[in-house]
Amino acid sequence: MDFSELFKLSGLLGRFSPDGKCLASCVQFRLVVRDASTLQVLQLYTCLDQIQYIEWSSDSLFILCAMYKRGIVQVWSLEQPDWHCKIDEGSAGLVASCWSPDGRHILNTTEFHLRITVWSLCTKSVSYIKYPKACQQGIAFTKDGRYMAVAERRDCKDFISIFVCSDWQLLRHFDTETQDLFGIEWAPNGCVLAAWDTCLEYKILLYSLDGRLLSTYRAYEWSLGIKSIAWSPSSQFLAIGSYDEKVRILNHVTWKKITEFEHPATIANTKTIVYKEVEKSPSVETERLSLPPTRALASSLFSTHSKYNIPNAVWIWDIQKLKLFVVLEQLCAVQSFQWDPRQPRLAVCTGNSKVYLWSPAGCVAVQVPLEGDFQIVSLSWHASGDSMALLGKDNFCMCYLEREEIK
Amino acid sequence: MGDWKTITVPVLSSDSKNIFQYTSEKKISPSSMNSQVLRLPLPSSKTMHGFFSAFCTEENIEQSISYLDRELTTLGFPSVYAESKGKELNLISIINCMNELLVLQHKNLRAQEEIELQHLKLGSDMEHLQNCYAKLKEQLELSKREIVGLQERDRQLQSKNRNLHQLLKNEKDEVQKLQNIISSRATQYNHDMKRKEREYNKLKERLHQLVMNKKDKKIAMEVLNYVGRADGKRGAWRTDKTEARNEEEMYKVLLSDYEQRQKQLLVENAELKKVLQQMKKEIISLLPPQKQKPKERSEDGPVLSDLEEDIGELNKENMWELSCETVREQLTNSIRKQWRMLKNHVEKLDNQVSRVCSGALNEKDVISREDHELETEKLELEIQQCKEMIRTQQQLLQQQLMSPCDDDTTLILQDCYLLEERERLQEEWRLFREQKKNFEKERRSFTEAAIRLGLERKAFEEDRGTWLKQQFLSMSTDCKHSENVTAPSAFLGSSDQDNQLAISTSQQRKPHRMLSVPVSAESCQTTQYLTHNSAASKTPAGDSKPNQGVESDKEAVE
Repeated sequence: MDFSELFKLSGLLGRFSPDGKCLASCVQFRLVVRDASTLQVLQLYTCLDQIQYIEWSSDSLFILCAMYKRGIVQVWSLEQPDWHCKIDEGSAGLVASCWSPDGRHILNTTEFHLRITVWSLCTKSVSYIKYPKACQQGIAFTKDGRYMAVAERRDCKDFISIFVCSDWQLLRHFDTETQDLFGIEWAPNGCVLAAWDTCLEYKILLYSLDGRLLSTYRAYEWSLGIKSIAWSPSSQFLAIGSYDEKVRILNHVTWKKITEFEHPATIANTKTIVYKEVEKSPSVETERLSLPPTRALASSLFSTHSKYNIPNAVWIWDIQKLKLFVVLEQLCAVQSFQWDPRQPRLAVCTGNSKVYLWSPAGCVAVQVPLEGDFQIVSLSWHASGDSMALLGKDNFCMCYLEREEIK
Repeated sequence: MGDWKTITVPVLSSDSKNIFQYTSEKKISPSSMNSQVLRLPLPSSKTMHGFFSAFCTEENIEQSISYLDRELTTLGFPSVYAESKGKELNLISIINCMNELLVLQHKNLRAQEEIELQHLKLGSDMEHLQNCYAKLKEQLELSKREIVGLQERDRQLQSKNRNLHQLLKNEKDEVQKLQNIISSRATQYNHDMKRKEREYNKLKERLHQLVMNKKDKKIAMEVLNYVGRADGKRGAWRTDKTEARNEEEMYKVLLSDYEQRQKQLLVENAELKKVLQQMKKEIISLLPPQKQKPKERSEDGPVLSDLEEDIGELNKENMWELSCETVREQLTNSIRKQWRMLKNHVEKLDNQVSRVCSGALNEKDVISREDHELETEKLELEIQQCKEMIRTQQQLLQQQLMSPCDDDTTLILQDCYLLEERERLQEEWRLFREQKKNFEKERRSFTEAAIRLGLERKAFEEDRGTWLKQQFLSMSTDCKHSENVTAPSAFLGSSDQDNQLAISTSQQRKPHRMLSVPVSAESCQTTQYLTHNSAASKTPAGDSKPNQGVESDKEAVE
């Protein structure tokens, strides 16, 4: 395992390009584009204000930098460093900005979620989407980039609009039976849209691409409900994490619960392996789910992390056997974890200067051999799975993994 | 016997108090008999004599005879007198009466014994029963106390249970209440939220209007030059056509997805059907063939045969291609049915196995029980037999005790316990005397034989001496055999006396040998006597005869 030297970073904005060639990082108002393997500076751009958000276009040719305070989005081209583009929202304000899947449109969400403006880089046309819903995941693109689902709210009722990304034509518009729609997410196959309600209600609705309600699932009433969901890469399973510290898995044929996983404070089953770091300490909330990518074989592992009561543990479940596989118990609260894009390997960071790697073969904790107080807050895998960007508050470094690293 | 009167005969001495006691005791009520052990005082000879002299003396013979006659006649015996009013006594009748009285006396004594025995038995039974009663009373007390304790506990537990139920009910009520509260609050909250949202929307609308109206020129996009589309095509207008195309494409996407899923499901289905087929075949093979068909045939014949045919058809390889509802149902039903049959079969086998295992144990139990019962029966029989034997022996003892009292017999009675031993001793004495006689005979014959033997030996020695002399004379010329000869000859050459001595010593050794032969004490004595005789007679005894003598002695003893 090789580590690069530390580079400056601000706002945890370190992103690999989709093609894996470059790494973009922000330092205050500068955007630095480096080569992913050599970390040589390829380009350097200067923005008008402190950058709050950057995103690569899908073809890795453009980067957008959003400055919410100023309400400006600047787009830079890698092919032509001289090319520039600035979108000013003015008094409308800017709350969120993202690329469209084709990499030629930018969707800006104005302040108070008044509207979503679709700016085109190819044409002079501008589209507006009214009444977008002010929720965590209000916009969802299908994996193939054809369709976009937008959550809307009119007259105290929730709606979902499905647009065709190629011409931004409204395909379907339907209402949802939710109290307060919290988020929407497409299945990887692009045919099912999951929409879930606010945490006061445990309700998840599954809609087909053409807007039909396929199924509703409610686990219980009254208690706090869904926190987050995750689709399995094959679209066969939908994992729902809720506030009752359980993960429920639905199958795509019947949309009924297959099983539920608990996250007890003590593990009774002796077959689960618990990797434990020596020491302990508490922390705060959110529950995150993530599924590793698949290959020919069905994915068999997925990890959950419950920060509510057990913030130091990452639970890895075996889907084939439907039981707990491994628990990684860390000393400090887990800050972020991510699956290797190519293989079942999980990288975990807990805010100290160590990076933890787990694979079915074993677990390893690697101390970053750099001077200074480098605390890893977030990490991001390279698309090839050979390297990893470890992001800290003010710095970041690259971690290069050998092919047969973990044994 | 309890109606004997007290006799007041005037001349009775103190010795006759026994009789008073005896007769008065006869009047004692049966209840007080328990506490007293009746004894049968066998009057000693003296007292008996005293008793007899007290009743009848020389003066009152007539009176006593008449009295006796009266008593006897009242008791039903024939009169003592020869004729009804004469004074001549009928001796025969007297004797008969006496005999009858004695017999009666025996009977009474026996009855008394029996009663005493019964009395003892009843006494011990009573004791035993009393003990049992006391124990049972104790047990009853204990169990009563226990019951009370358990009842108390039960009551406590029940009250606890009731309390817990009450608590549970209260908790449930509270939960219900809280849920109601929550739901009411939720509705209230939703109401409030809606109200606020409407207000907020109004504000948003207003703001939007303001923003749009301002026509802020700042809201614009500055771009150096427009970029080409990602896919290289040119942008198209949005028309109905495009809408329709979009719809089409959407449906295509959906359809393709469904088709893919259906394919997967078909493949899965086919696999599962194959598996079911295999399972069905295996189940059929596992089941015992007889059980299947009769059951099925017991129902309606023709209908079932059709079904069977259908099932048979279904069993064919291409069955899985059919997938209509009824066929599927039939398949699953048939598999379920056969699986149930298999299950029953396996359960039956399990039961049989367990029965066999426990059956072996049961048989053992049964056998042992039977054995036990047989043994107990045997033992009971033995006990009965023993009891009977004891009874008979007791009776015999009684009879013996009741036998006529002669001096000799009294002596024998006095020594009755030693009688058997005495007889045994007598037998032994007899035997002993016989043996003694035999031994005397043997001894005499033995001594005679010994004397004869001695004489013969003398003659033999003289012959031997002469022969040896002859030999010596013949041998003296021959030097080769001198040594051999000299040894015996030296031995012999000394003198005949030496020979005799040697022989006698050698012979004397033999009687000692005879002594070592294990015989009884008597025969040892006789043999010693023999040796003494032989020593006294100074005649060496021969080999064979003394042994014979000993053997004959031995035979006599055995």
